[in-house]
Amino acid sequence: MKIPKNNLMSIGLLAVSVITLQGCIDNTTKKEYASAADIPVSREMMAELTAPPNVPRGVGDRKAKKLIVNMEILEKEGTMTDGTTYNYWTFGGSVPGSFIRTRVGDEVEFTLSNHPDNKLPHNIDLHAVTGPGGGATSSFVAPGHEKKFNFKTLNEGLYVYHCATAPVGMHIANGMYGLILVEPEGGLPRVDKEYYVMQGDFYTKGENGDPGLQPFDMQKAVDEDADYVVFNGSVGSMTGDNAITANVGETVRLYVGNGGPNLVSSFHVIGEIFDKVMVEGGNSINENVQTTLVPAGGAAIVEFRVDVPGTFILVDHSIFRAFNKGALGMLKVKGEENKTIYSGVVQEGIYNPEGGGIQVMPNGGDDEDKSSGTKTLAEKMESGKQIYTKTCFACHQANGEGIPNAFPPLAESDYLNADVNRAIDIVLNGKTGEITVNGQKYNSVMTKQSISSDEVADVLTYIYNSWGNKKTNVTKAQVEQVKSGH
Amino acid sequence: MTILRLTVCILFLWMGSANCQSKMVEIKGGIYIPLYGRDSLKVTISDFYMDVYPVTNQEYLEFVKEYPKWQKSKVKKLFADESYLMDWKSDFALGNGQVLDAPVVNVSWFTANAYCECKGKRLPTIDEWEYVAMANENIPDARQIQTYNEYILGWYEKPKTFNNTIGSTFKNYWGVYDLHGLVWEWTSDFNSVMVSGESRKDVDNDSNLFCGSAAIGATDLMNYAAFMRYATRGSLKAKYTMKNLGFRCVKDSNDEAF
Repeated sequence: MKIPKNNLMSIGLLAVSVITLQGCIDNTTKKEYASAADIPVSREMMAELTAPPNVPRGVGDRKAKKLIVNMEILEKEGTMTDGTTYNYWTFGGSVPGSFIRTRVGDEVEFTLSNHPDNKLPHNIDLHAVTGPGGGATSSFVAPGHEKKFNFKTLNEGLYVYHCATAPVGMHIANGMYGLILVEPEGGLPRVDKEYYVMQGDFYTKGENGDPGLQPFDMQKAVDEDADYVVFNGSVGSMTGDNAITANVGETVRLYVGNGGPNLVSSFHVIGEIFDKVMVEGGNSINENVQTTLVPAGGAAIVEFRVDVPGTFILVDHSIFRAFNKGALGMLKVKGEENKTIYSGVVQEGIYNPEGGGIQVMPNGGDDEDKSSGTKTLAEKMESGKQIYTKTCFACHQANGEGIPNAFPPLAESDYLNADVNRAIDIVLNGKTGEITVNGQKYNSVMTKQSISSDEVADVLTYIYNSWGNKKTNVTKAQVEQVKSGH
Repeated sequence: MTILRLTVCILFLWMGSANCQSKMVEIKGGIYIPLYGRDSLKVTISDFYMDVYPVTNQEYLEFVKEYPKWQKSKVKKLFADESYLMDWKSDFALGNGQVLDAPVVNVSWFTANAYCECKGKRLPTIDEWEYVAMANENIPDARQIQTYNEYILGWYEKPKTFNNTIGSTFKNYWGVYDLHGLVWEWTSDFNSVMVSGESRKDVDNDSNLFCGSAAIGATDLMNYAAFMRYATRGSLKAKYTMKNLGFRCVKDSNDEAF
């Protein structure tokens, strides 16, 4: 969408003040400093640190200060995706690490503490630091110890920080990265909503979705063969209940980083156009951008006004990463519809030049029949949830709510509850053509799902026993019957 | 003489007080190239004896009873930082959840060194330690074996192994246990290989730290497994103590048999 004129002007003004680093307001007299290094600091202040997707309050028009940052390193097990855990190494307990917000001229007193239970020494290299190793040399710290160092923020922008202890790649691959923002004098222009999004790629011994605690796989990391590519440390960290939110008419600013270690992100929000991108987190502003590149070890600031309600999907537009490896987040926008900007479906019909082709997903030679069908309901529910998250979630959504006019709901679905065998048949063989679900017409294509009979039974049992459905326990035998009768 | 001592030993053990030397095995010396050292040249190792297990809480408890100046409340701050024996409740009581036959941790280089000296032994050098630790169950130099390296890398990800009892990992070619998989261990010259905090800078050093093969495979894994060990040593100072750091002693072969 277009930016209103006065917005453009303020960007221009910002650019000017940025270039000249125009003075700091001291009572009523304006002082100018030849270099950011000369900006004096007054008073101490504890930095507010936040875990993603939140960011600390903006600096506003505060003066440069001595800013105390206390960062703790924790090695801890966390959830990668449903049923899969990973030993993360973290700055501040989250992946990405705590967001640090400073302004030009701040003198940061940085204390890095390495928790006593940790096994390894760590350090921190902040790209916002002017000095050897970005602080790495001065912050190398053994478990159970802490190191303190100081630096002055000379250049505004959005910067990555990360661990730089040997082997560097492994420390980053385990989640040791985050963002530090250096705001200009007077702060960035105010917006309605600000969020922190950082992409990372993960390499596990097992394949994507394999259950249990998955160790880091060095070989895959060297081969750049990622099992997971995710926003904010795990699959689903920004979907469903964890989605970020905004209201129609608000301007949203995303601080987007990429920790890597290997992959460059093609950051895109489906259904939005970035009004402004501060390219690579620096001063250069590009407008009307669809997809912006975020390099590994780099960042970008994107801004856009949300004009219509709905769910907007954040993706790495290297798109298999989004739908198969986890690089998918959601922005849920509430408010009044605006049919002029987006009408929704106005007419629908069937277009069938070559007969109704049903698409088939490739069968990865999946191992059939992992269990004998003697699972308890609880076991089926658990396994079913995992299958659902991998297979069905992208279209039918986290709570089976579907997407209006595109994918029918599974929650409290009359169509689903009317006929179990039909539901089995649809999972096994796919479905195309118009159907009516809860009074709404849908006409789309669901592909045939190449999963075992056991898995069909589990996932359908999960669906039937969730979200107000009729609690049918679907058995493998039932699935086999539908299979053979088809 | 030896038999007599052994008898005394067993007697003492039986009485519940292990006032004797812990079990050692002989390591046949040899020549090998460490992953990296001061000059990456071949290193000659003489025959020596090494403790089969790391020093345990039990053994250390007896040591501080005998040498009060190393007790938790009496130790000089110069020789051990505030976390010395951190989880012990008092000078003579272990903390909740700590077991007697787990390795003693949160000990400094000074205290470990004193312990070995009091036993008529010494701390191993990095080269000695690495020489014994490059063995797996079957061969003396397993550094090229994938499973060996994966085992080590796997340990880095396992939390709280410091609470496991001695002997809970594998017995290596030399008959030594727990070099990998339990805790890090002090060496006498831990800080002689300079790994600065800025690991990427080390790449440019004349020492052959991070170069070597561009090929990927066992060598790479081997390097990664060892880098972590060297990096950990590099982060230490002699008075530091860590929850994941214990020690064991060695003795020269030409010393009187024990």
